[in-house]
Amino acid sequence: MASEHKHPNYMAIFWYLAILTVVEIAVIYLPLGKFTIGVLLCALALTKATMVAMYFMHLKFETRTLGLVALTPLVIATLLIFVLLPDGFAVMKRTADVKAATNEPAKH
Amino acid sequence: MSQAAAIHGAVEPAESPVTPESWGKLGMWIFLAGDAVGFGTLLAGYGVMRATSADWPSPYDVLGINLTALMTFLLICSSVTMVKALEWLGKGDKGRAQNYLFYTALGGAIFVSLQAYEWTHLIHRGLHINGNPWGASLFGTSFFLVTGFHGLHVTAGVIYLLSILRVVARRPSPAASYNAVEITGLYWHFVDLVWIMVFTFMYLL
Repeated sequence: MASEHKHPNYMAIFWYLAILTVVEIAVIYLPLGKFTIGVLLCALALTKATMVAMYFMHLKFETRTLGLVALTPLVIATLLIFVLLPDGFAVMKRTADVKAATNEPAKH
Repeated sequence: MSQAAAIHGAVEPAESPVTPESWGKLGMWIFLAGDAVGFGTLLAGYGVMRATSADWPSPYDVLGINLTALMTFLLICSSVTMVKALEWLGKGDKGRAQNYLFYTALGGAIFVSLQAYEWTHLIHRGLHINGNPWGASLFGTSFFLVTGFHGLHVTAGVIYLLSILRVVARRPSPAASYNAVEITGLYWHFVDLVWIMVFTFMYLL
């Protein structure tokens, strides 16, 4: 029979997650720059996700290799942003060019 | 046959080196890693489209967050009932474990119902998959695609939970279904984890 895990204090994790959700909602009302709010929200979301994975999904009590398996998608998704950005900027530039061409009538 | 069995028995490891409890757990983790790449791709694509769009509507103004904040809370609660089900099963209390599994499935079902309500409301206000009155048409496309993909996962999770509830009920020993319930829990918490990301990136940011 498989050995059972030690069970962490789930209610404490629940309260942390609930409080962090309230903090997240409060953050968007703070008189801060858009970028700062973005960074704060990303940090809070990652903290919550890590807590769910570590304690609810018991990753804290698993082998290191399984942690690496779980971390791979995050790395891939982050890399993907940099792969896609050039395309996004190219479209943005073309849209701006088309707009400029239609707004400014030919001068000659 | 006996010769082959003897050879394979000697070569194949008896237990998974990564997850000593069961191979099934490793299987679920690998499935979830693949699924996470799917969600990661959708969210990364969303982020890039939004960052490079000139007229992306403010999600906060269009979508509203009161209902979705409640939905987020609901999913967190259902994650707690899921771990409680496993905890009681580990203590040998099959009845309580079954109750908590049922609450978890119920939480998921309410979540999907609220999402259906939210979608209906937004569609009536003009948010469509191919356009909307507020700006970039990709806003609607990405919104329905990402939340829909997640909603589909919750729906599948409810069916999965109810099936496992039946398994627990049928097996006389609570210990016999511990592993199956733990693997179901992995899937359910993953769906919760993904919603945490979707809520932050598509509603709050």
